[in-house]
Amino acid sequence: MRALDPVTLAVLNGRLVQIADEMDATLFRSAFNPIIAEAHDACHGLYHAETGATLVQGTSGLPIFVGAMAFAVKAVIDKVAERGGLAAGDTYLFNDPYDGGTHLNDFRLVRPVMRDGKVFAWLASVGHWLDVGGNVPGNFNAKATESFQEGFRIPPVKLISGGVFQQDIADILAANSRLPQSNWGDLNGQLNALGLGEQRVHALLDEYGDDTVAAAMSALSARAEALMRANIAALPDGTYSYDDFLDNDGVTDTPLRIALDMTIRGDTMKLDFSRSAPPCQGPLNIARSTAVACCYVALKHLFIDVPANAGCLAPIEFVIPDTTLLGVSAPKPVGGYTETILRVIDTVFGAFAKAAPERANGSPYATINALSLAGWRQDARRWVMFCFFGGGLGGNPEGDGLNHGNNPISTATIPPAEILESLYPVMFTQWALRPDSAGPGRHRGGLGAIYEIEALNESDTDVFLLGERGKFPPFGVNGGKSAALNRFVYQTDAGERTPPLVSKVTDVRIKRGQRIRLETPGGGGFGDPMTREPARVARDFGFGYVSRVAAQRDYGVALRDDGTVDESRTAALRGGAKL
Amino acid sequence: MSQSIVGVDVGGTFTDLFLYDAAARSFRTAKVPSQRGNESAGFMQGLGVLGAIDSFGAIVHGTTVGTNSLLERRGSRIGVITTRGFRDVLEMRRRDRRQTWGLWGDFTPIADRDMRLEVDERTLADGSIRTAVDVDAVRAAAETLRQRGAEALAIIFINAYANTENERLALAAARAVWPNEHISASHEVLPEIREFERASTTALNAYLQPVVGNYLAKLEGALAQNNFHGTFHIVQSNGGVMSTRTARRLPVRTALSGPAAGVIAAAAIARACGQDNIITADLGGTSFDVSVVAGGKASLAAQTVIDFGMVIRTPMIEITTIGAGGGSIASVDRGGLLQVGPESAGSVPGPACYGQGNDRPTLTDAHVVLGRINAARPIGGKLAQLDLEAATRAILTHVGAPLQLDVMQAAEAIVRVADARMAGAIRLVSVERGHDPAKFAAMPFGGGGALHVGALIKDIGLKCAVVPRFPGVTSALGCVIADLRHDQVQTVNLMADGLDVAALDARMMAAGEEARAVVAAAGIVVERIDVVFELDMHYLGQTHTVAVPLPVTLAPGGTGISEAAIRAAFDVAYAAAFGRLLPGIPVRIVSLRTAAIGRRPAFDLSAFAPGADASLEKAAKGVRPVWFEGAWHETKVWSRLDLPGGTVIEGPAVLEQPDATIFIDPGLRGRVDDLGNVIVERIA
Repeated sequence: MRALDPVTLAVLNGRLVQIADEMDATLFRSAFNPIIAEAHDACHGLYHAETGATLVQGTSGLPIFVGAMAFAVKAVIDKVAERGGLAAGDTYLFNDPYDGGTHLNDFRLVRPVMRDGKVFAWLASVGHWLDVGGNVPGNFNAKATESFQEGFRIPPVKLISGGVFQQDIADILAANSRLPQSNWGDLNGQLNALGLGEQRVHALLDEYGDDTVAAAMSALSARAEALMRANIAALPDGTYSYDDFLDNDGVTDTPLRIALDMTIRGDTMKLDFSRSAPPCQGPLNIARSTAVACCYVALKHLFIDVPANAGCLAPIEFVIPDTTLLGVSAPKPVGGYTETILRVIDTVFGAFAKAAPERANGSPYATINALSLAGWRQDARRWVMFCFFGGGLGGNPEGDGLNHGNNPISTATIPPAEILESLYPVMFTQWALRPDSAGPGRHRGGLGAIYEIEALNESDTDVFLLGERGKFPPFGVNGGKSAALNRFVYQTDAGERTPPLVSKVTDVRIKRGQRIRLETPGGGGFGDPMTREPARVARDFGFGYVSRVAAQRDYGVALRDDGTVDESRTAALRGGAKL
Repeated sequence: MSQSIVGVDVGGTFTDLFLYDAAARSFRTAKVPSQRGNESAGFMQGLGVLGAIDSFGAIVHGTTVGTNSLLERRGSRIGVITTRGFRDVLEMRRRDRRQTWGLWGDFTPIADRDMRLEVDERTLADGSIRTAVDVDAVRAAAETLRQRGAEALAIIFINAYANTENERLALAAARAVWPNEHISASHEVLPEIREFERASTTALNAYLQPVVGNYLAKLEGALAQNNFHGTFHIVQSNGGVMSTRTARRLPVRTALSGPAAGVIAAAAIARACGQDNIITADLGGTSFDVSVVAGGKASLAAQTVIDFGMVIRTPMIEITTIGAGGGSIASVDRGGLLQVGPESAGSVPGPACYGQGNDRPTLTDAHVVLGRINAARPIGGKLAQLDLEAATRAILTHVGAPLQLDVMQAAEAIVRVADARMAGAIRLVSVERGHDPAKFAAMPFGGGGALHVGALIKDIGLKCAVVPRFPGVTSALGCVIADLRHDQVQTVNLMADGLDVAALDARMMAAGEEARAVVAAAGIVVERIDVVFELDMHYLGQTHTVAVPLPVTLAPGGTGISEAAIRAAFDVAYAAAFGRLLPGIPVRIVSLRTAAIGRRPAFDLSAFAPGADASLEKAAKGVRPVWFEGAWHETKVWSRLDLPGGTVIEGPAVLEQPDATIFIDPGLRGRVDDLGNVIVERIA
């Protein structure tokens, strides 16, 4: 391979990323289901011929997949090694969460780019399908104790073999879903994306030559590795530990520890999760590949300049024993994986905050709150409303956290209340920021939200929820404080109630006119709240972000009746702390 | 009255003017510096340069006053009145964040939380009123907001798209106590489902009302003082023209006024020279703007994001922007990769060669060093001379040294990387819409776009490029050409099966008449008014919709729409957008879109044809060295405007004119057509 001139490298970098971007665009345009089309719960990329390592990733795909896809491609490479017989155009399909990450809804398609009879690289597409069977429509089953209750599992199988589409496999997929048409539409969209990607890669190889493109890929990978090493080397050597907890596993009311020991040595990093809880009964487990993928997401949020390819994982050693809930295999249930990976990401943020407190951000609200409301209409039609909710992001060196943002694993937006009200028999009575929900800090966290919903359906409405942060709040950093806890309340004939497992609900039913209320956490604070400018605390009070009581208690700021700062009482409250 | 019509495009750096005299079939152009913050001064000065203001028959204006007020957050202080429980919608957005990677950065809404008050009222999704509006509370809230300093008011109730009654009552109550005309109600601005998009658009409208209102009043005053008695109109973001009365009521529709006019002109020029498919390429100081014109029609986007959390939902010419302009800074990142943009030196201080304090290299500096831009004759006429030495130093220091390249290699590298980014933008907009780039021509406008067309043709495989006669005044020309247009939308939420066709027809007739009346009242001569209808439809369960054009229009006794025609139109539109139909799933009509278009008399572009005095001898400007393909080449230079029709010039060549420079790469040729365009194409 010859050395590359800097211009060709820069141009090829753009061209390669664009191929993945065009694949994303193709699927978003042609997918049927809104989770892909609107929320962009999908991802495309180009992967290494022998190792499956990520070479290039689209810029608009879902963050969590960026790390997970390499494992998916590796699973296919292993399968090919075992069975042989790979030809151009062959396309593997699977959703096995233990062999390539995430959960059963995420269907992966993997296809080789063949040059002169050899694999040059792999193309892959992943997208979230709406329904893959199991006990609960949409597959967020908070009570599952085996993967079989969550949906059907497909190992890597050849969907296209020797140029022939295997309709038998498509028939099996269709027979096992509540929404076969939706899945069929998405599958076709993913095939379109692969077809376009294949065509584009060949055109690029024809234009620049295989060797040049291969050389560019290694150079870009080396560059990502160099950037990651530079970022790590900027942290002081040492071991930084952070423990956080999940409320429970949805079955037993016992907290689950997620423990990270992060060791920095020179330009290398070790992430050791050995002290974490053992596998749990409920669906809060994840596979090793998912754990690695979410660490990658956390590091990408911290080191924004590192490009999305496997080079950046080279300096990182992972210790994720299969005796923990972060390294399980089949058939341990994994459907609640979103909550676990958010907590893993928090531990990376927490450990990083110990290594570099002045560059850290407070924990984001970090729970997806997957809420389903369901029932039967008067004409006997079934209705299911399904939605994830927002919360605050963490305070950070630059300023306060964002009010009502989305989670670090996602870029998905929330459906409008008016759309939900037009489709389902519900009425929102509140869609508001939640006062006093932000973690106090010199830069406070962003505010969480309050969503209150009244049931309008003639017959009863069933309520399902899979959320977290009901017992262990999002933490602050660098002297910042914790945010408010997640809270769920429902009305009964005998008054308001909160569920025993806080944010995991399966057996609640409300009547017409009764309400449920979800109050989500804000983000953790950054820096000592006693050093927040009193004028900003007064402003927060004026806007109703912070109550008078909290201003005094959390910030040591006394306010006059008109809402302005009482300087002398504030000085006394802060005990001479610097203003 | 005089038949002359003047287009005025006030941009960030220059105000461009284009005068067309239909009777004489003649035109004039002018370019004067813009005055930021005092845009009307540049406007009036430019008119003065063109001729006697009282002699003009009509003035059509593309304005950036609205855009800049939004981007720089210089709108007015507004108050918002909402349904109880919903005052935070504007601040909560759609639960997004600024960027995919990185969790920092917060958001300040245009109305602070204490400027948003709630009142008791509630309409349900089916339009039924659950709680009547408390009008006393509305009056009290308006009074409180006024006392807190609000200059404009927005009223935004939940589900107001489904039934406007509560909002209309609130609007009447607020008007009774509000001291000015600056009140926006969501059902008047955007009666469409999705509360955040409607709230954002309505609030931004109120935010702009005083600013745009004052600006237009100032212009109208100045025009009156100069005894102007013609008509005065404003270009909207949808590429159509509206009256100043409508602009005062709906200033949010001016957000992309200037760029939209440019695309309209480009489409007209392309049609005239037989190109139905073009991709416009506007290379400005900080950005590269791309827009697709397919089948002679500019693409419209339903909404645009002005900045994080600032969404405007109203039909706009779809323009995709990347941060790669002449002022984009070239640098080598920590991983050793050459980057051009998105950081920009803008027009102030501008490229290093402007000598105004920036010492980092820009794309323009690379062109100067390569000899493509003539340092002795900068375009636009603002500077007398460009500083070649400063450009050389900047490139050597910031790109050459870190990459171990000499200055010429480094300059060429900067242009190559910029070319690749522009090509990427074009590839993406064409692929996203399912177009094959090989069927498209590039149309560069702005001062610098024509320097890159050769690379775009080669990199993307475009058919050719059409460089308009006056690339620097395209937006001003667009003001003169643009049709009148008024768009309306109304969410209807109807199932397509068993549709009450008579009821839908009645709504279409009412909407059509209303839109037509707005255009008819605008006071510009039109040949006819077309009314077109579109439905936003989807399969039940989907949240995204497809735009379904309907093959009917306003007619006495009804539009003649039928359930079968709607269904057939949906199938065609859905198949085109997504490939595969999904039989068996019910289809829903979400919204009705109505547009009234007042067709202006066709503009005769043959006015641009090269004059009888054009000749090769006159056009030949000798040779100068230009660097390409790794070496200096003595390259012929031509005065573009003096080239006669039919001339063919083989690359390499440089074509110069006062407002643009064209570089024809080796292997390409430039052909001057009958309308004065230069068609750049491969040598067969």
